[in-house]
Amino acid sequence: MRVSLDQLPFHRPATVTGIAWESLSESDAKRLRNLGFDEGVAIEALHAGLFGRDPLAIRIGRMQVAIRRAQAQSIMVEATGG
Amino acid sequence: MTAIPLVAVVGNPNAGKSALFNMLTGARQKVGNYPGVTVERKSGRLSLADGRPVELVDLPGAYSLDASSPDEQVTRDVVLGRQEGERLPDALLIVLDATNLDNHLRFALQVIGLGFPTVVALNMVDLARRDGLTIDTARLAAELGAPVIETVAVRKRGLEAVKEALGAAVVTERQAARPEEDFTGVQRRARAIAAAATTGQTLTRRSTLAIDKVVLHPVFGLLLFIALMFLMFQAVFAWSEAPIGWIEGGQEWLAVAATNAIPEGFFRDLIVQGIIAGVGAVIVFLPQILILFLFILMLESTGYMVRAAFLMDKVMAKAGLSGHAFIPLLSSFACAIPGIMATRTIEDPRQRLTTILIAPLMTCSARLPVYTLIIGALIPNNNVGLGIGLQGLVMFGLYILGIVGALVASFFLRKTVTRGEARGFIMEMPKYQAPHVRTILIGLWQRAWAFLKRAGGIILAVTVALWLLSSYPVAPEGQKQSEYSIAGRIASGLEVVVRPIGFNHEISLALIPAMAAREVAVAALATSYSVDAGDDEDALQQSLGQRLQGRWSLPTALAFLIWFVFAPQCLSTIAVARRETNGWKWPLFMLGYLFALAYVAAGATYWIATAAGL
Repeated sequence: MRVSLDQLPFHRPATVTGIAWESLSESDAKRLRNLGFDEGVAIEALHAGLFGRDPLAIRIGRMQVAIRRAQAQSIMVEATGG
Repeated sequence: MTAIPLVAVVGNPNAGKSALFNMLTGARQKVGNYPGVTVERKSGRLSLADGRPVELVDLPGAYSLDASSPDEQVTRDVVLGRQEGERLPDALLIVLDATNLDNHLRFALQVIGLGFPTVVALNMVDLARRDGLTIDTARLAAELGAPVIETVAVRKRGLEAVKEALGAAVVTERQAARPEEDFTGVQRRARAIAAAATTGQTLTRRSTLAIDKVVLHPVFGLLLFIALMFLMFQAVFAWSEAPIGWIEGGQEWLAVAATNAIPEGFFRDLIVQGIIAGVGAVIVFLPQILILFLFILMLESTGYMVRAAFLMDKVMAKAGLSGHAFIPLLSSFACAIPGIMATRTIEDPRQRLTTILIAPLMTCSARLPVYTLIIGALIPNNNVGLGIGLQGLVMFGLYILGIVGALVASFFLRKTVTRGEARGFIMEMPKYQAPHVRTILIGLWQRAWAFLKRAGGIILAVTVALWLLSSYPVAPEGQKQSEYSIAGRIASGLEVVVRPIGFNHEISLALIPAMAAREVAVAALATSYSVDAGDDEDALQQSLGQRLQGRWSLPTALAFLIWFVFAPQCLSTIAVARRETNGWKWPLFMLGYLFALAYVAAGATYWIATAAGL
């Protein structure tokens, strides 16, 4: 299953397959790179905020990161396993 | 004589860098500022086993040399030798979180590439082991080309080995820097090294996952957040009662001792009425400030603060900000100065500026004495039902008014003067950790000291100046001292402007010194009523609150409270805003918009309350 990160079901392990860097602002892109967002990294959606289910709390590599849905849309992921 | 070798401590945020720094240097730290920015420079001395001294400087945490916040810029500029006010380090101590090597190794590789003699502290190995991760230290050291030492900073494990390795590093020649590698390349090399050196499958700490199930739960998480905030503000009032009593007792004892020791005259009045009364009136807030900071430091060191920012992000987004702004704004409840300084972690310059401009609207602890005095004296202590008192409700309302005012102001600022592209909210959520007592105590001590220095400096000067101005020249028989004195005459001029919003002469007099620091308003009211009382025994017996009761109408009191919600009365805040925004433009803008807001809101309150027949 290939979707953007904001559509990934919670607690479903996935891998980053591509990031649309050009659709992100320069500073957001820099921040994502600095937090280890890259093709081939393991990722999982863990929690969502109360209002509008936004932002998302996700796991990337061994780290937990908060990200808004607007930016999560630029990250393509492939769910692994069942 | 050669200078003491300088070692810079670098690492990602949340690597346990500051804990290691605190353990290596102890409490003998110097806290200063880098010129031109308000990023704190923390340094301390360390004695090696053979007695050689080394100076250690704790650089702000950074994710990479590609800096995105003022904090990270300082770290980058120091290791590149470009930071004003800092010499080039002789060696580096890189701190890594053993449970998050993939991410921390990237910055480590970038920094190692600069060629400094380097020691790597592999911190939190106990947590890694508990998670079932085994790290091959020898392999890591070979890959990095630097000694790797396992440490558990909070348990003082590995400290001696770190010192020994630093002793060798500071006498090693620096190598030439390697050519810069492309970012994705470094990223992938870091992941490869981490994968090769680590065995174990655990992805995140189980305890963190379990705690987050509750803390980030849409309903329970929000309830917990509200409960924590309530507990925090409750504690600020409840726990501070006893220590405030001790400080007041000590101050009284000092005043009596000084009165007995010094012969009557100008000098005694200056010491007793000017210095002891004035500075004492400010130091009594130390307990409240420390309790608030205790909570903030605990919430930060446990990892909860970022979760609170996560929960609040959507609310902040409505006001044109993000969860990043939450932490500085919460600190501003203690004092806007550390709050404004904490904005340096906000990357977006426009959001950062907006946060600075609205930070003074958070009800800082300097307003408390003013609120407490006026509410206690003029708001009836009725029960409005459910055991809630009217006085408490008014106090709560003033806090809420400040918060709502700040969010509304931010909304309009972001639509006009600080308009800019909308950026996301992307933030690391560190794993939960038990609060580290020593780091918290050092943090509290540094804040207490900063507050006392302020009380001893600007507040002392203002209090004494005010006392002089309101005591001289001495009024002739039949004239009021508070009107005849120099301060009284200045106040009479100001009164013309503030009369329309219901302020009387004493308030005008109190507003002038309150410009320097809000809490001085209380001391100023006390001074102006006590210089009038002169030797009248009955008048001297009355408390300040009792004196206000006969003289102030309820609309005037309400207008005065509302004025204090909005008015930008604190020289230090203006000064720190100037330093943070590199010029006078924004602090002047802040003064203008907040004074306008205060004047209109206080005036509206006065006229509505008068019309309602209060």
